[in-house]
Amino acid sequence: MTALETGGRLTAPAAPSPARRRTPRRRTGLAGYLFVAGYAILLVAFGIFPTIYAVYLALTNDRGQFAGLNQFIKVIQDYRFGPAFTNILIYLVLWLVILITLTVVVAVILRSRLRPGLSSVFRFLFYIPGALAGVASVLVWLFMLDPGVSPVSGLLNALGYSTFSEVIAPQNLPVIFVFIAFWTGAGGWIVVMYGALNNIPDEILEAARVDGAGPWKSAWFIQIPMIRKWIAYMTILAFAAGTQLFVEPQLLQSASLGRLNPTWSPNQLAYVLAFQFGDFNGAAAVSIFLLVIGLVGAGILVTRSGLFKADSE
Amino acid sequence: MKSFTVPLAGAPKRRALRAALLSVASISVVVALAGCASATQSTSTGAADFKKATQNDKATITVWADSTRLPAVQAYQTSHPNAKLNIVTYDGSADGSTYLQTKVQLFDRTGKGWPDVVFASPTDVTWASEATSPSAQAFAAPVDELVSKSTIDNFAKGSLTPCEFNGHTYCLRNDIAQVVTWYNKTLFDKFGYTVPTTWEQYQALGAQVAKDHPGYVLGWVGDSNSQESYFWSSQCPAFDLIKPNTLRVALSAPECTRMATLLDSMIANKSISTQASNNATFIKNTAPKVLMAVGPSWYGQYIFNGGFKTPAGQIAAANPMTWDGDTTAATGNVGGGVWMISSHSKNLKAATAITKWLTTSDANQGSAPTYPAYSPAAKVWLANPTNSKYFASDVSGAFTTAANEVWTGWSNTKFSDATAWSSVVLPALTAGKTLTATLPAWQAAIVDEAKSVGYTVTTK
Repeated sequence: MTALETGGRLTAPAAPSPARRRTPRRRTGLAGYLFVAGYAILLVAFGIFPTIYAVYLALTNDRGQFAGLNQFIKVIQDYRFGPAFTNILIYLVLWLVILITLTVVVAVILRSRLRPGLSSVFRFLFYIPGALAGVASVLVWLFMLDPGVSPVSGLLNALGYSTFSEVIAPQNLPVIFVFIAFWTGAGGWIVVMYGALNNIPDEILEAARVDGAGPWKSAWFIQIPMIRKWIAYMTILAFAAGTQLFVEPQLLQSASLGRLNPTWSPNQLAYVLAFQFGDFNGAAAVSIFLLVIGLVGAGILVTRSGLFKADSE
Repeated sequence: MKSFTVPLAGAPKRRALRAALLSVASISVVVALAGCASATQSTSTGAADFKKATQNDKATITVWADSTRLPAVQAYQTSHPNAKLNIVTYDGSADGSTYLQTKVQLFDRTGKGWPDVVFASPTDVTWASEATSPSAQAFAAPVDELVSKSTIDNFAKGSLTPCEFNGHTYCLRNDIAQVVTWYNKTLFDKFGYTVPTTWEQYQALGAQVAKDHPGYVLGWVGDSNSQESYFWSSQCPAFDLIKPNTLRVALSAPECTRMATLLDSMIANKSISTQASNNATFIKNTAPKVLMAVGPSWYGQYIFNGGFKTPAGQIAAANPMTWDGDTTAATGNVGGGVWMISSHSKNLKAATAITKWLTTSDANQGSAPTYPAYSPAAKVWLANPTNSKYFASDVSGAFTTAANEVWTGWSNTKFSDATAWSSVVLPALTAGKTLTATLPAWQAAIVDEAKSVGYTVTTK
């Protein structure tokens, strides 16, 4: 995790001070370019080019003619568009609130309230599920959610669910997907938040203690504000990943033999449009919507939190 | 609370952002106002020309089959050691899966990769008989140009209807799945019940069973194909193609509401389960108490023998039930696979040979797990002792009667009839709603799907 290696601080490249005009001679060998090339080529091939291609597709029709915004209007008017985006909105709100609250609280507890040995054991345990590949972790949940085979069937029964189809009722789905996402993803973020908390100088916490701040007060007034940028960073990535929810509903859909709407999430809608109806242009329009939502969300968070601002020390 | 970060010098930045947004918006407006081409997809031009690929009699052919049909393909390999086959297992398009369609869309775009022979559902033929894009060729080859007319004529009456488009036949039917009345003869004799011959008797028996033998069931509606067993048998116009492109979806018709009311009363007294027959809990608790089931011909071997492990000698089949006042019964059809040959195949000779063997040979169909659509093979199938020894009595009477009573008003549409039932109706039933109350939502879901694939819809 590169973020941790940089000491838990997102530093913008320092601007060369005007006093030192003569910058030290740089060794401009090939090596630098070679190192960057690997990433740059892959980014262009699998990130930039597909995005441009999607924009092209979204602005044309399947005969290659320029269609303006008609593709966007067409997908907005599609009967599956509204429900899919409503579903993902409910999911995102739940997911982000739970993720931010719990990861920060757990990280603070691990950092300040537990013995270091115990804390590292917990961090390791929290991180394990994230090491499972996405599909495998959903398969684990297919078992967890079926009262017939679940190791926690007692709990499911106590909640009033005796069959798999009762568990995956439409109103439960956002919660189920949040559970799966939290279980697979939160461990990594807890580790990151812990690293960020480590970066807070002990003197500051010491000073707070001297001033009479208890553990909760110092968490609320010192630790959390000081890892604000990290929380923003996590929110941006979790938000972008959350809008693209696909594997969980798709697998649950086929595992339940179709008891889920096949276009539950916008990404599934794009998938169905492209591969079932051959409407790659409409699918591209849906994906552009997701891109714009992700960019706007990230833009607001970056400007509001000062994520990319250099520290003022 | 004091923030540790320096307040942002936000104003100039925000102004720049606003300017950028403004310019994007104005460009969009200009773009939108300029005369733009329509976003609707190109429509297929009907009967596409079938251009054969360069043929090579020695080319290996790829065969896609579901796990049920896999042994048949393997048997072909054993009995034809010289055939070069690449056998692939996939979901066989069951339960509304669109895997095959998805893959063919991709193959059409990349221009290679198509399987030569596939087992699929009748729904797949609706798109496979048309080109997926203006530059593509329809995936399915017209089999009437590859096999003799006498072969085609020997298929059971109406069984090739889902294969026929624009005057060509695009698939050969593997099996038909006529709905019959299944019952557990041992339990019926033990309880002293008589097998109902009308739906009204069925409902009355449900009330009696609920009172005398609670826990026992006369069927279930939680499968992704239960609507085909019940609503198709009731002649409900849910998927009625009245013209090639006009679909009638009229769930308020009496043929639909009578079945909904009947099932609601039986669901309410628990003589019909809303669970799925493959559900582990259902198999454990309810399967031993299944007195009856309204379902296709393959229920016998698959559900009772394979799924529920009901011992041999207990299960029997009766003719489809009628409604009071009707003289002849109408029944449903649940699935019944088809085989298609790819129009892109480089070895049509080998592809045709295996397809013909799979669908028409006594060697394969005579001992197939499902009821053959090819009439001469069906006779062999019924005479085959392994197909009868599991049952308590001869099922061939009920099977042949039902095969001739399949109602033709439930059409093979471009979208699966399972999607709306599974994702709208079944969750509503699970949540405790009645079928009658769910009919409008079901209708709306079908109408949405139908319109999205280009049908004109009437709900009258």
